[in-house]
Amino acid sequence: MLFGFEWDLTNPLNFAISILPILLVGMWVTIQATVLGFFVALVLGLVLAVLKSAQSRFVAWPAKLVTEFIRDTPLLVQLFFLYYVLPEYGIVLPAFMTGALALGIQYSAYTSEVYRAGIEAVGKDQREAARALNLSAANTFTHIVVPQAVPRIVPAMGNYLVSIMKDVPVLSVVTVLEMLNVAKIIGDRTFDYLVPLSLVGCLYLIMTLVASAGVRVLDTHLPKQGLPLK
Amino acid sequence: MHWSEYLLPLTEGAWVTVQLTVYSTILGGVLAFVFGIGKLSSNLAIKSVSVGYIEVFRGTSLLVQLFWLYFALPLAGMAIGIDLRLPPVVAGVLALGLNIGAYGAEVVRGAIQSVHQNQREAARALNFTPRQTLFNIVIPQAIPEMMPSFGNLAVQNLKDTALVSLISLGDLTFRAEQIRNFTQDSTTIYTLLLLMYFGMAVVLTIIMRIVERFAGRWRMAGS
Amino acid sequence: MTDAIIRFDKVVKRFGDLTVLDELDFEVKKGEKVSIIGPSGSGKSTVLRILMTLEGIDGGVVYVDGEPLWHELREGALLPAGEGHLRRMRSKLGMVFQQFNLFPHMTVMRNITEAPVKVLGLSRKDAHLRAEELLDLVGLADQAKKFPHQLSGGQQQRVGIARALAMRPSILLFDEPTSALDPELVGEVLTVIGRLAEEHDLTMLLVTHEMRFAREISDRVCFFDRGQIREEGTPEELFTDPSEDRTREFLKAILD
Repeated sequence: MLFGFEWDLTNPLNFAISILPILLVGMWVTIQATVLGFFVALVLGLVLAVLKSAQSRFVAWPAKLVTEFIRDTPLLVQLFFLYYVLPEYGIVLPAFMTGALALGIQYSAYTSEVYRAGIEAVGKDQREAARALNLSAANTFTHIVVPQAVPRIVPAMGNYLVSIMKDVPVLSVVTVLEMLNVAKIIGDRTFDYLVPLSLVGCLYLIMTLVASAGVRVLDTHLPKQGLPLK
Repeated sequence: MHWSEYLLPLTEGAWVTVQLTVYSTILGGVLAFVFGIGKLSSNLAIKSVSVGYIEVFRGTSLLVQLFWLYFALPLAGMAIGIDLRLPPVVAGVLALGLNIGAYGAEVVRGAIQSVHQNQREAARALNFTPRQTLFNIVIPQAIPEMMPSFGNLAVQNLKDTALVSLISLGDLTFRAEQIRNFTQDSTTIYTLLLLMYFGMAVVLTIIMRIVERFAGRWRMAGS
Repeated sequence: MTDAIIRFDKVVKRFGDLTVLDELDFEVKKGEKVSIIGPSGSGKSTVLRILMTLEGIDGGVVYVDGEPLWHELREGALLPAGEGHLRRMRSKLGMVFQQFNLFPHMTVMRNITEAPVKVLGLSRKDAHLRAEELLDLVGLADQAKKFPHQLSGGQQQRVGIARALAMRPSILLFDEPTSALDPELVGEVLTVIGRLAEEHDLTMLLVTHEMRFAREISDRVCFFDRGQIREEGTPEELFTDPSEDRTREFLKAILD
């Protein structure tokens, strides 16, 4: 029994049906961790992107090093670091929060690059045209750069959302009851790993297919020339 | 225990991580070519198998794949009367290779498709067979296109090896966990661990850059 | 006509709704040098691409050397040709492309020897000797070890010609061979083609915008328009006294 649901071991099909609700509870945790992690990655990535593009190399250079360091080290180790080291300095977070934070930090390295590439893709000629029209820097950024950068940034971010979803099972090592952990617990108790783990695989396939389709729809509906300003 | 005493067991673990990375990257590279080319095949059976492989391994989580191979596959084997219990090393290399191979296959496919149609026409006019065209004309031109992405995937793979510690394979992360359980010196150990992974990633990136230059040397000839 | 090495018999080619070749009848004699001129989009390049088997046809029959190119005679019926037949037929033809289409990852020497070795089964040594002769012919004997991107466009195109000749085709197709070149490089390529036309009994089919050159080297010039040959004749007839209005307009526009 888990989360109040009993499993039925009479045959594999009944077993699968009986544990599906339990796995769906785990899936809900997976989705929450994905969304929270994604949100952290968006915010932190923006901060890193701004720091990296700073005029002063004393700001830009460390920001680049931090990004590189985050990108080159495993999520699992970053998670362990946060989970075991933060409490030594008096910061005690629930496992779920620590996990979402780790996901966000890992992916901020990637999202910061998306921001940078999206903004750089709005060419120099656009900026020069804005300068020729005597637009202020702030105006150029909000009315010229951002509307053209958004259609490039959003689909790339969507792809990272899908990647984060696939990394959520790592959180199981710090006791977060996401979908894989739930399946593993069912396996530990029933000695049948085949059905729960296969089911998790199928559910993952469905989740990523749906999410990827969503990203594609978003991509095709975003105006490539930039958000229209009227 | 002084922190320098951690270094020996951690180095042993790092060596396992290096081996895992090398073997699974090679396996992944082979799978990437087989299924990347397979996805472009005009043979429907080959094409479907390739698409299926790519979608399944890109669409599910690496950790799910690893656990499935290590915990579920033996049970599937039992059901049909074959012993499919894999040693952790095999399960680890297999899961990592299969996973990175699926991402690599998309890289290979994209690079092959990016070779200009002109080249295929010239090859056809010179009466090359489709196979000769693929292996002598198209793929040699596609490989330099693949290299930057392969470099990223190799680093990704190095990072992913940390997950095999969860099926009690004695890699770098696993050794670090053992020491932490023993000493409770989390800050030092995890800092060392992060630095070691970073160092390995930097070295791997440099190696991949060298390979990249080597693969694309005809592009640079004389200039 | 029995001495026609190329014969188009009511050939139809469509791209979607667009009819590019509209029941085209067209012949080339063995050893003849024919230029095809006409406005862009008139289907002139398509004629070459069909002959090189880069494009299929939607109707009619193309004969090369008396045999159907895109069809095979099986059990008394003309059926679409299989790859084996196409390979055999293709060996009679060679093509020089507008964009040269050299293999960028191979040296000049390798570009010329690769197909003779892999396709014709020549030894590397024989292919090499042959390639040296051809490089001499196109005036690039000292460039064998270079990669295509190290050469000028004109030099690249001359390598393209040598590469096509290395397969010993009896028909050589030129698809706007100088259109992608800077004006100052056109001459060297035309000189090589001119020399080929003079000294060899190759059948040559040339799609070009170089009117003066077409006039110099051709036995016959065909004016193509909307998927049909509007007018054909000796260069003298066509260039000095065209009988069709369309031809006159075209020549006037291009020569001005």
